Amino acid sequence: MAIAVDLGVQFLQMMLVLALAPLLTGYVRRVKAHLVRRQGPPLLQPYRDLLRLLRKEVVLAESASWLFRVAPYLVFAATWVAAALVPTFATGLLFSYAADVIAIVALLGSARFMLALAGLDVGTSFGGIGASREMMIASLAEPAMLMVVFTLSLMAGSTQLSFIAASMQAPEVGLRVSLALALVALIMVAIAENGRIPVDNPATHLELTMVHEAMILEYSGRHLAVIELASYVKLLLYVSVIGCVFFPWGLAPSGEGAIAYLGGIAVYLLKLAAGGFALAVFETAIAKMRVFRYSDFLGAALMLGLLATLLLFVSRVT
Amino acid sequence: MTVEVLLWCVAALLVTGVAAVVLARRRSATVLVYGATLPASVIALAVAGAALLAPALLEGAPLILPLGLPWLGAHFRLDALAAFFLVVVNLGAAAASLYGLGYGRHEEAPARVLPFFPAFLAGMNLVVLADDAFTFLFAWEFMSLSSWALVMAHHRRAGNAAAGYIYLLMASFGTLALILAFGLLSGPVGGYAFAEIRSAAPSAWMSAAILALALLGAGSKAGIVPLHVWLPLAHPAAPSHVSALMSGVMTKVAVYGFVRVAFDLLGTPLWWWGAAVALIGGITAVMGVLHALMEHDLKRLLAYHTVENIGIIFIGLGLALAFEANEMPAAAALALTAALFHVFNHSLFKSLLFFGAGAVLTATGERDMERLGGLIHRMPKTAFFFLVGSAAISALPPFNGFVSEWLTFQAILLSPALPQWLLKFLVPAVGALLALSAALAAACFVKAFGVTFLGRPRSAVARDAVETDRFSLASMALLATLCLLAGILPGYFIDALAPVTQGLAGAHLPEQRQLDWLTIVPVAQSRSSYNGLLVFLFIAASAGLGAAAIHRWASSALRRSPAWDCGFPDPNPATQYTAGSFSQPIRRVFGTVVFRAREEVHMPPPGDLRPAVLHVRLRDVLWDAFYAPLAGFVDYVAGILNQVQFLTIRAYLTLVFSALVLLLVVLAAWQ
Amino acid sequence: MERLALDVAHLCAGGLVLVSFMLLYQDRMSGLIKTFALHALVVSFSVAWQAYIQQAPHLYITAAIALGVKALVIPIALHRMVVRLGIHRSIEPVVSIGQTMLGGIGLVALSVMVMLPVTAQAGTLAREDLAFALSVILLGLLMMISRRNAVSQVIGFMSIENGLILAATGAKGMPLVVEISVAFSILVALIVIGVFLFRIRERFETVDVHLLHEHRGERP
Repeated sequence: MAIAVDLGVQFLQMMLVLALAPLLTGYVRRVKAHLVRRQGPPLLQPYRDLLRLLRKEVVLAESASWLFRVAPYLVFAATWVAAALVPTFATGLLFSYAADVIAIVALLGSARFMLALAGLDVGTSFGGIGASREMMIASLAEPAMLMVVFTLSLMAGSTQLSFIAASMQAPEVGLRVSLALALVALIMVAIAENGRIPVDNPATHLELTMVHEAMILEYSGRHLAVIELASYVKLLLYVSVIGCVFFPWGLAPSGEGAIAYLGGIAVYLLKLAAGGFALAVFETAIAKMRVFRYSDFLGAALMLGLLATLLLFVSRVT
Repeated sequence: MTVEVLLWCVAALLVTGVAAVVLARRRSATVLVYGATLPASVIALAVAGAALLAPALLEGAPLILPLGLPWLGAHFRLDALAAFFLVVVNLGAAAASLYGLGYGRHEEAPARVLPFFPAFLAGMNLVVLADDAFTFLFAWEFMSLSSWALVMAHHRRAGNAAAGYIYLLMASFGTLALILAFGLLSGPVGGYAFAEIRSAAPSAWMSAAILALALLGAGSKAGIVPLHVWLPLAHPAAPSHVSALMSGVMTKVAVYGFVRVAFDLLGTPLWWWGAAVALIGGITAVMGVLHALMEHDLKRLLAYHTVENIGIIFIGLGLALAFEANEMPAAAALALTAALFHVFNHSLFKSLLFFGAGAVLTATGERDMERLGGLIHRMPKTAFFFLVGSAAISALPPFNGFVSEWLTFQAILLSPALPQWLLKFLVPAVGALLALSAALAAACFVKAFGVTFLGRPRSAVARDAVETDRFSLASMALLATLCLLAGILPGYFIDALAPVTQGLAGAHLPEQRQLDWLTIVPVAQSRSSYNGLLVFLFIAASAGLGAAAIHRWASSALRRSPAWDCGFPDPNPATQYTAGSFSQPIRRVFGTVVFRAREEVHMPPPGDLRPAVLHVRLRDVLWDAFYAPLAGFVDYVAGILNQVQFLTIRAYLTLVFSALVLLLVVLAAWQ
Repeated sequence: MERLALDVAHLCAGGLVLVSFMLLYQDRMSGLIKTFALHALVVSFSVAWQAYIQQAPHLYITAAIALGVKALVIPIALHRMVVRLGIHRSIEPVVSIGQTMLGGIGLVALSVMVMLPVTAQAGTLAREDLAFALSVILLGLLMMISRRNAVSQVIGFMSIENGLILAATGAKGMPLVVEISVAFSILVALIVIGVFLFRIRERFETVDVHLLHEHRGERP
């Protein structure tokens, strides 16, 4: 009986993540529009976009192979599984012990691997541009992410997100400069991985500024809908990770009961709203970088992560 | 008993080698030779596997045969470490033999390959079984020479003769270093048997010298930086199944040599040895993968990748040495398990990738990726297996590469417990290097798979390729299945490694078999856990659920048409991305520092119809800084010594006389 | 309360190291001057906090001097000087920014490895501050040797001085007199350097130190 309840809660988290992802993207777009004194699209527009794409016919290039057709589902599956393993409203869910944060980073890497291959599949130069730039960004963003993971794991004594979140709630943690550095590095990595300004422009369709859009240029119809949904889920994943690690208050411990879970969901919605608002303000405030400045940006994130790990050994030394 | 069976298998391999010399001219020689090595390897694999899983089968005392040195004999022993490495060697050998049954038919010079292949296998088995220094070195040299003969099999092809020459030089250097190491280990008394070496206790400086020599000797065969230069030249020159054995298996035999000396024969290590080995491993990993990214020859790319994975293995070994020096046996066991599991995984997926490259080479005659493309349509099964190998080597869940890298990261995260400050800082820095090399490896294999198999064919041979034969496909399928199994069920493999780490580090990881749902927990449940099976099932279920939902509620219409390409489709396949263009961003970021990469564009003036030319110059800084001056110095000294050739008779007599007088003077002073 | 005091002090000292890295990352003159103002601001806040928790009111004056002189007067003066000299464009570094930051990380690790075992008997706060202060000093020196532009070298020199202030306040017991004299000597040095810069500009039309090399006396 307990197993069934645990399974149910885990399933609820998976469905919640899937349902909220387009809403977060719609909210960010609307806030960005309001910041530049436009009306902006309705909040539920991403849902309508997905439904519209699902109803359309797929136009497949003649040189596309089976990998092109299978890749969207694999990308979506890997991203969804990774998002399902992040504690959103409760820690210690049934499957959260199956993979720790290193595995989550690697699952996102699998998704990126398949997407880059799909970009190369049709044999056009746009797919090549997107794939090669994406792998360059990943080659710097993934080590930076892992250094942030190191810092958090060394502080919490574990790589499981549930344990990290629980140990961050404890009062002994305090204000440590390593945490601040890790937070800044994680935000920089999140921006790079999700293709937001200043690294990539999610609203552009010009080849000189595309990374993610270039890889999925040949996709249409239901395939494109699945890939767009996967990118929405990825943004939600990163905002959830930042929320559950650095602002862990409100996470319901496992097995508490429905009231605690509902409270956790409410706090989670607040965190998403705050994170989305901050992202929108940040994106509106600065301009996009040219491609070969990404290495400086992400190199700085890697250095911050490394510095955070080093400075961890300095404090609380007795 | 088990040792005898194994030695009989080795004898069978040697007999096959000799017979192949006689039979080589026949048409059925290929089937006969590979048909004999396959069962021999499978039997050896079964025996070694049984010995590893049931440690009661391992005997303590060595088997002594009356060969070799008269007062020593040849000692052979099977302990847990040897059993594990025999599993790795024979699994690779069996897969290569199966592959060779199909691939060998396309061999253009079978008389140069068939006799040496069984000899190579026999040499590798003997190195792992050897229990005294003389047998070890003899088998090591035998393995080197037989693989050299295989490298020189196609000696008329451009570059192969030079590759063989450099290989022979580096192999001789490695053997020299190992001879010195074993000489120091045996001490002035000359006790060559490993049992006697274990009981001797060299001083701290002597141990450091022995470790350095073992690192030089075994490391040059494994391919650590800066001794890796022969690897990307020699490995691609050999036939593809031999390349797979050299990259996937022979480098592991070299790792075995290092592990045997560092963990078994030497006493307790010092902490700075671990720091040095881990740092060398980290640099090797990053340099290997950066070189691989710049390559567009498929087999050279795979060979440079071997260098990267050897770096990862040495990171794990260095960590294990550091933990052992600080008397943390559980952590040392974790690091050692991570390194040895990566040994096993790498032999699996590297062999798989080389088999795929061999299939491509047979089908198209091309190794250059920039003349391939679109092979996924012509060779679908090879493409699928190569994709599995690429995903495994890029450390992507749910495959096996991820599990061994995850275990290495867990070992790195135990570093705060180390007391020395240098180690406390070095280990996270090495972790950053490991993370960087993992991310770059994924980029490299997107390039390798994408440019070779995806896209549109860039040349006529790529357009007309055909699928390979069923033996090659069978052996690739076997390795791909093992990659997935090792990723999904890692607990069984970790338990199989427990007797090995118990013998070397004095501890083993907690028993993984009885954990719920086949999770692996390397340290403690509260610390970290990973469940490969659940992740795999999760991904499969999510993908299936997504696909089912889409096909139920979405339109299923599909239409084929020319590519969109922003409205400017170009029928010429030269407009798609090449290998060089794919790695250009990474070359711009890392290459200017590491390779002194420079781009030059020669643009003709307007109106001139000649094409613009882009030159990319890369220099291997190690060649320029280290090997070229060394070669120059050797040339210079050889030039001076050349004069000894042309002396008069009186001069020669004077030389002999002065040497005799000098030795007598030394003898008098020594008294 | 004790914990909060330690945490805030630790955060300020770590923040100073972070701002030193930000100084290394800048590639434009105006950004560099603004970051230096931030550097001085962080050090003044750190000194003020130390004054609060150590119950040492004379340190408030030190903090005020740091704020007034180094966070306001000197950046404004440098900004004016930069505009007059016409060098408000990019700074050419000797090696790339990535390598400089990598070197910076190594220096931080080195300072921690040196300072922490040596100060084993001191209190936690003093040990941390000394380790961070040494990092800031080494990073300031790194900045001086990795920039071609004389103004950025001057800023590097002043960030070294900020590191010294952090060390002095953390170690409990720096008299006010020393601080006033140090601050005035900085001001004097700045005036002198500024004069030199103007005279250099008149004769060589640039303040690129690299070009000064060719006009050293002993070359034929």
